[in-house]
Amino acid sequence: MNITDLTVHELCEKLNNKELAITDITKAYVERIKEKEPQVEAFITTLTEEAIKQAEDIQNKKEKGELDGNLAGIPIGIKDNICTKGIKTTCASKILENFVSPYDATVMEKINAENLINLGKLNMDEFAMGTSTENSAFKITKNPWDLSKVPGGSSGGSAAAVAANMVPWALGSDTGGSIRLPASFCGVVGLKPTYGLVSRYGLVAYASSLDQIGVITKDVRDSAMLLGLIAGHDEKDSTSVDVPKKDYVNALTGSIKGLKIGVPKEFYGEGIDEEVKEALYKTIEKYKELGAEIEEFSLDIAKYSLAAYYVIVCAEASSNLGRFDGIRYTYRSPNATTLEEIFKKSRSEGFGAEVKRRIILGTYVLSSGYYDAYYKKAQKVRTMVINEFNKGFEKYDVILTPTSPTTAFGIGEKTKNPLEMYLADICTVSINVAGLPGISIPVGLDSKGLPIGMQLIGKKFDEETILNTAYAMEKEIKFREKFRPEFKGAK
Amino acid sequence: MSRDNYEAVIGLEVHAELSTKTKIFCNCSTKFGGAPNTQVCPVCMGMPGALPVLNEKVVEYAVKAGLATNCTISQDSKNDRKNYFYPDTPRAYQISQFDKPLCEHGYIEIDTENGKKRIRILRIHIEDDAGKLNHDDFSGDSLVDLNRAGVPLIEIVSEPDIASPEEADAYLKKLKSILEYIEVSDCKMEEGSYRADVNVSVHKKGEKLGTRTECKNMSSFRSIVREIEYEIERQIDLLEAGERVKQQTLRWDDVSGKTFSTRDKENADDYRYFPEPDLVAIKLSDEYIENIKQNLPELPESRRERYFNEYNMTEKEVGIITASKYLSDLFEAASEICGNRKAVSNWIISDISRILNEKEMEPSAIPFTAEHLAHMVQIIDKGTISSSIGKKVLEEMFENPREPEEIVKEKGWAQISDEGEIRKVVVQILEENPQSIADFKAGKDRALGFLVGQAMKATKGKANPQMLNKLFVEEMNK
Repeated sequence: MNITDLTVHELCEKLNNKELAITDITKAYVERIKEKEPQVEAFITTLTEEAIKQAEDIQNKKEKGELDGNLAGIPIGIKDNICTKGIKTTCASKILENFVSPYDATVMEKINAENLINLGKLNMDEFAMGTSTENSAFKITKNPWDLSKVPGGSSGGSAAAVAANMVPWALGSDTGGSIRLPASFCGVVGLKPTYGLVSRYGLVAYASSLDQIGVITKDVRDSAMLLGLIAGHDEKDSTSVDVPKKDYVNALTGSIKGLKIGVPKEFYGEGIDEEVKEALYKTIEKYKELGAEIEEFSLDIAKYSLAAYYVIVCAEASSNLGRFDGIRYTYRSPNATTLEEIFKKSRSEGFGAEVKRRIILGTYVLSSGYYDAYYKKAQKVRTMVINEFNKGFEKYDVILTPTSPTTAFGIGEKTKNPLEMYLADICTVSINVAGLPGISIPVGLDSKGLPIGMQLIGKKFDEETILNTAYAMEKEIKFREKFRPEFKGAK
Repeated sequence: MSRDNYEAVIGLEVHAELSTKTKIFCNCSTKFGGAPNTQVCPVCMGMPGALPVLNEKVVEYAVKAGLATNCTISQDSKNDRKNYFYPDTPRAYQISQFDKPLCEHGYIEIDTENGKKRIRILRIHIEDDAGKLNHDDFSGDSLVDLNRAGVPLIEIVSEPDIASPEEADAYLKKLKSILEYIEVSDCKMEEGSYRADVNVSVHKKGEKLGTRTECKNMSSFRSIVREIEYEIERQIDLLEAGERVKQQTLRWDDVSGKTFSTRDKENADDYRYFPEPDLVAIKLSDEYIENIKQNLPELPESRRERYFNEYNMTEKEVGIITASKYLSDLFEAASEICGNRKAVSNWIISDISRILNEKEMEPSAIPFTAEHLAHMVQIIDKGTISSSIGKKVLEEMFENPREPEEIVKEKGWAQISDEGEIRKVVVQILEENPQSIADFKAGKDRALGFLVGQAMKATKGKANPQMLNKLFVEEMNK
């Protein structure tokens, strides 16, 4: 039995049967990290020694009957923009290189309360700005399917670590596709919940009105489990919504008979790779066979989403990142002597190019005289996007699109052209703009042996339907049974 | 020069700290004077990932302030970010309100030489206070104290209806007393919890408004009046000399009595306001607003009416006492205890007001209690001490507040009312002042006053004055 190859629900089963001990699991993962991390470079901070100690402690407590909860002792990886008390939270930025959070994010409190074991903090694009994880100040994470390719971003470390079996599952964050895109590139499952379902307290803000913590897992059932653990209203986050707690695993019946699936034609047009389209058409045929009603429709507004999205994220980012000013917990330039220089030099030296680009853009669109033309107009587009999706959901239960226009691209391939990089988000951003839940699951490989992702979009707070719809396809395709990352190019 | 041809326009932006127990976006204490950075948490320190949650009390207090100043309360309001870099602003933005303030279009009435005048209020909005920078002279460092960061403020913006320094002074005092009465702010100016940005411009009568200057964060009535007086003169001088007034932020220097330029506002700061995405819209129901309206505490106007009508107090008494909720509460509480309203009122409008003036002290800083004052009035009424000793007791109560009986005992100030003892003093004073006896017998009443004064001096003010009077007359008529 290869422990790190198992899903979390399989691990839980084996823990229950006493086929495995808690310490076996953590030790297996620590070994796997030692083996694969040098190739993949998914972690910013590894906590292997601490994890083993913690596993022993939890094992002891469990034996003494002091613990219950079936997830006790299950390891996890955490994207490095989620605050972890006493552990560095860098956001993959030089400016927070030595920042140790004095508090735990709400999701971490939930994870710690269930006695999960944090294996480490995962790499990402700096402040979650990017689609390839190449914007990390510290390292470039590789795609486990082909080490010359990017893992996608911004939660590239999370997706790559799950794909490479270095963690059984991970938390990521998704502002415009940052969970779904890397999940798609790495052939794993990525779920971005409805805005407001999971507390953002302790998630270092990039674009507050779009950010949402979500999960990256090996299969849909694990996504349902982990979502159930982190979802819920939080008094500390005013934008978190008080909706009844749900058992998402129960929703996984696999039956989708009579389900109405809308296929927006704008997501299958120019710029979408032919092999991606082909794979999606195949899944559409499969859904028909499973009894779903499929209909093509128009989501015309989608083409404006990307522009509106970049205006809004940059505006909010320019304000959210103001606090990294060289005064308190951040990097402070050794070359600064005056107050003005502390601000200017610390920020100039501490932030990477993409972050600076977005701060400048955001500052510009909010400045007086331009606010109406950019920010206000973008908000209007946002309202229109929400309305269009609402209209779509009057007819359909689920909307089906590709997750990304292409499969994973090469490291360095798009870094010279930010606009081209921004287009990688074209299929995912409108879902954040509308605040909807979206899930990406692998549905096949292209001719280069790289995973292709399918995105299912649901109604607000109807994660159950997209999870079950994804689950039905997962059972059909059996992606994990057929394919495994090859670490192509490994020495 | 023809200064009479000019009119001044004064606009005031008052910042009042609300007296909620906790801060506006977190549960930290708002208490003043704690050791630096002891009343802080990830939220008010602006730590990465921390999120604000609006304190409902802040909304309630601001609505109270709005209702008490005749504002329309907005049922659909929101918070906005005001972005700027400064070390006392840990998030690099203040959470304020931009285009949808909680309260709008109100007014208050002030008394002027020409009767009542209505000063309109443009808006009242809520926002968080910044931290404080402490400059360490020894090391030369500037140290950030974030205890004050996140203390709730309301900003009350007047319309430019104020035309003179006197009106500004009356407006600020009236507004302060309203906020104190409705108990939303303690308005302690010495702690910076009531401060104003002062805008002044002048223009020739009948012409369009002039360019304004602004003096920020002023927290003394006297300085504000002096600043406005100075600015009006300075701006008229400039215009008369054919120069123009520059739009700028000024600093008032109390010592020189002048304003100084800080930074030009011609390149105005761009705060890049936008809606705060971490907070949801503020929606207030009719019932919510109505409920606050019904439970609004008594306002100064209505207390004035009551004092005139029910207590038959004079204009002077009512004016001084009701101007401060603290004095007015002190008056009511002490009167209730001792039953001598007239005496309490006299003490407040004379000696207490005088001492407050001398010490440049806010009434709320009075260290003794209503009981102390009431007991002092009682022991005077009982004859334990005279009124002149009462003044000394009062001074002592300011210095080291405690029961007046205790002070009298400790200091040995009890009145001498023993007839034999006082007669001895009277006889001795008469022996020393034969001329006075002659004057008295010749019908000069002043002589008696002189003799009583001498006796008081000899007894250090402790002799019972009525008894002295009586015994002097008796002895001299023997």
